[in-house]
Amino acid sequence: MAQPLPILSLLIWGPIIGGLLVLRAGSLRQLRTARAFALLVALSTLALSLLLCARFDPAAPLMQFVEHAVWIQTFNIHYHLGVDGISVPLILLTTFTTVLGMAAGWEAITNRLAQYMAAFLILEGLMIGVFASLDAILFYFFWEAMLIPMFLIIGVWGGPGRVYAAVKFFLYTFLGSVFMLVALLYLYSRMGSFYILDLHLLPLPLEAQTWLFLAFLAAFAVKVPMWPVHTWLPDAHVEAPTGGSVILAAVMLKMGGYGFLRLSLPIAPDASAALAGFMVALSLIAIVYIGLVALVQQDLKKLIAYSSVSHMGFATLGFFMVFFIADDPSWSVRGAVLALEGGMMQMISHGFVSAALFLCVGVLYDRLRSRQIADYGGVANSMPVFASLMMLFALANAGLPGTSGFVGEFLVILGSFQANVWIAAAAATILILGAAYTLWMYKRVVFGAAANERVAALPDVSRREALLLLLPAAAVLFLGLWPLPLFEIMEPSINRLLEHILQSKVP
Amino acid sequence: MFDKAELVFLLPELTLLGLACLTLLADAFSKAPHKVFTCWLAQLSLLIVATLVFYQRPEAALSLLQGHFVLDPLAVLLKVAICLLAVVAFFYACDYFKARGPLQGEGFVLGLFAVLGMLIMVSARSLLTVYLGLELMSLSLYAMVAMNRDSGAASEAAVKYFVLGALASGILLYGISILYGASGTLFLPELAAHISARAGTDLFLVFGLVFVIVGVAFKLGAVPFHSWVPDVYEGAPTAVTLFLASAPKVAAVAMAIRLLMDGMEPLRPDWREMLMIMAALSLVAGNLIALAQTNIKRMLAYSTIAHVGFLLLGLLPGPGEPGHGYAGALFYVIVYAVMSMSAFGLIVLLGGKDHEADQLDDFKGLAESSPWFAFIALLVMFSLAGVPPFAGFWAKWFVLREVIAIGYLWLAVLAVIFSVVGAYYYLRVVKLMYFDPPPEGPAAIGGTWILRTVASLNGLALLLLGFMPERLMDACVRALGF
Repeated sequence: MAQPLPILSLLIWGPIIGGLLVLRAGSLRQLRTARAFALLVALSTLALSLLLCARFDPAAPLMQFVEHAVWIQTFNIHYHLGVDGISVPLILLTTFTTVLGMAAGWEAITNRLAQYMAAFLILEGLMIGVFASLDAILFYFFWEAMLIPMFLIIGVWGGPGRVYAAVKFFLYTFLGSVFMLVALLYLYSRMGSFYILDLHLLPLPLEAQTWLFLAFLAAFAVKVPMWPVHTWLPDAHVEAPTGGSVILAAVMLKMGGYGFLRLSLPIAPDASAALAGFMVALSLIAIVYIGLVALVQQDLKKLIAYSSVSHMGFATLGFFMVFFIADDPSWSVRGAVLALEGGMMQMISHGFVSAALFLCVGVLYDRLRSRQIADYGGVANSMPVFASLMMLFALANAGLPGTSGFVGEFLVILGSFQANVWIAAAAATILILGAAYTLWMYKRVVFGAAANERVAALPDVSRREALLLLLPAAAVLFLGLWPLPLFEIMEPSINRLLEHILQSKVP
Repeated sequence: MFDKAELVFLLPELTLLGLACLTLLADAFSKAPHKVFTCWLAQLSLLIVATLVFYQRPEAALSLLQGHFVLDPLAVLLKVAICLLAVVAFFYACDYFKARGPLQGEGFVLGLFAVLGMLIMVSARSLLTVYLGLELMSLSLYAMVAMNRDSGAASEAAVKYFVLGALASGILLYGISILYGASGTLFLPELAAHISARAGTDLFLVFGLVFVIVGVAFKLGAVPFHSWVPDVYEGAPTAVTLFLASAPKVAAVAMAIRLLMDGMEPLRPDWREMLMIMAALSLVAGNLIALAQTNIKRMLAYSTIAHVGFLLLGLLPGPGEPGHGYAGALFYVIVYAVMSMSAFGLIVLLGGKDHEADQLDDFKGLAESSPWFAFIALLVMFSLAGVPPFAGFWAKWFVLREVIAIGYLWLAVLAVIFSVVGAYYYLRVVKLMYFDPPPEGPAAIGGTWILRTVASLNGLALLLLGFMPERLMDACVRALGF
């Protein structure tokens, strides 16, 4: 297919080059220009990703917008880009939330503003690179490089415990990723290629698959994060600036899920099937146990962070329930598709909802410099517009029908029911727990009489903040009421993936 | 005595010898303010030699001087690398001594002789040539460490270096004599032929091998023969440390390759396991001890030990096995030399006349006082940690790829786990620069514009190599004849 415009390369390198240009700004006036320029770059990237979405043809088989150039001939490493129905929504999510993250720091960030904007732009390019890479080493290249700007975002602009959080974030994810590197090199020694779609086809004995699966798991479980390697997340979230939390929750966590779909499942399908029970158990622990942990949090950001772990547990549950559903002869492959699509949907929806919730916390934090739930109460009295917007996100987080949160959860539970009623029942506790911790938090912060004078005197959201919250609100409602376009994009790719992973690769 | 036609192939070494003597003379007749010309002359000499080496590259291995000397693609690659690294190191050294005084021309002359020793080591085809080159290099380096004769720390470092270095040389020489006694030949290929002709393991030969390995490990600074490294790195003037950590490492790898691969390939099963143990120990000990350092020169010294562990891993793959042999080690050592030069170069840059920026705290708040060099330091630190998109990533990648290709998965896993441990202390430097406020008082970046430019280009080279590692990788792979 002839490609007149290298959209993917532009999506990746546009923001990175833009970010490097922004870095040059020095004086205050230049800073204002730089800020506007950075937003312009982010907006044009968003526009470009919308174009990508519009031009994307769901019916076409395999990868689209493919760009290919030899990078390192000696080792058969290529600059190979392409997207399918799984990566397109995630790229869109990335460009969308980057705009939010930058806008969140518009006024709140006062020190080294140019570097903040630059870090976000560079981060955006690298994240898109992860979603668009078809060469495993290129994938790893972006995957690791991404840690650097995020490390700086948390460490430079974060809260009091930022140093600890930033270092923990970096080392945790780095430790997970290096195992993936060993796995990729092992695959290369068997296959002589780093092309991900080639790796999908490589037949492997079950033992090798199991080791590979575990190595990938180390990388992706940390990113998702799954219980028990989730402990970096609350620290990172709490200490990161609002924009950083938004990107972390909305996009970085999704990379773990994306990794499962792009590498773990297709490369080691038999091991995935063999270990599905283990993975489902981990996911259920994340959903139930972390849900309970979220219930007792006193810190707003921590609560949302734990809620993220719990919700992402739902996505991984969906991915690995597939094997149980497919085992049951009375159910067709259709049921398994539901679970996978539900998992994907959950990731996208959580991206918007958690980003929006962090923005809400950011709005409150910018006013009172506190994240403690106890410091708030009766915010609705002074900030009615904010209260109603936040309610929408709280309800979406609780999985109310009509919001995007419902769609994914419903599909995963529906799929799970076909395999095992008990698992489905355990998973469904997320609806109860999610509602409990989100709405209870909402009640304590927003309802009741104004807790103190400072709360009573709070100004309502500014025009910038209102716009900032309306954008994800629109997305949440759109996906909740009419998720069909998203499914249309994903479905063919998910079907192909499912077909692939249900076949044994053991020679 | 020897064929005169061979002289043309020895031209680089002969030229360097002549130019070194010329530099010495020029220095002797120049007054203090003009000593900087000695440096320039030395650099020019090195560039001439590098050019000569490059234009004389032979198609296949050439054996010269009745077999004592060899000119092959490997030698060409490493000689060019050594000369260019030394040129850059001299830029740093010139500025360092000029700012702190006295700028002594002898230092550069000694540097040239050290380089000559390295070139001889790289081209060695007999046990004697290896030893000659090694001693020429080492003796020059001992003297360079003691350049600041009024500094107690430097003298202490020089004495330590000399005593331990002489001991190691003695051990190596002892090993060489055993090998000679066992095989009756000094030439490395003949030695290999002799070993392979003998069926089974000869205890006598293995005995000699152990002594040779100890000598090599000492020069590389591998655990458990590493104890001189931190003291010497800390005590030596930073510019000399910078030189020690760059070109001589390349030469030491060349020595290991000549002695082990060329001379004792049939004993591979024996020495491979020794290298493996030393590699694992270096990775573990280097990275763990580096965590506890507060002096950045010491920290980088322990990080060097850890990097040597990686290097030794790169020397494991042999011919006839899948992969590209020890090309990974070549790539690693060249990239490592560039990285460590850049790291020590930043210490040179941050320091001043009465102040050596050798404490970690000297990097505090650099992002505010000098955003550009903080960025360069960020590049260097993440590169040393092996994070893409920097050159250090490809170095680790290449070695891991070769180690996995020959089936040592567990070593690869060990190496990556300890590179995560290592990442912590590199991150700490980034943390000090970016997350901490600068200390009170004026914090100025020292150095002339030349030094700043060199330091910037040195750092940016890591980024460039990160995006385009192919040229250098290919050169390393081709040097082995793949």
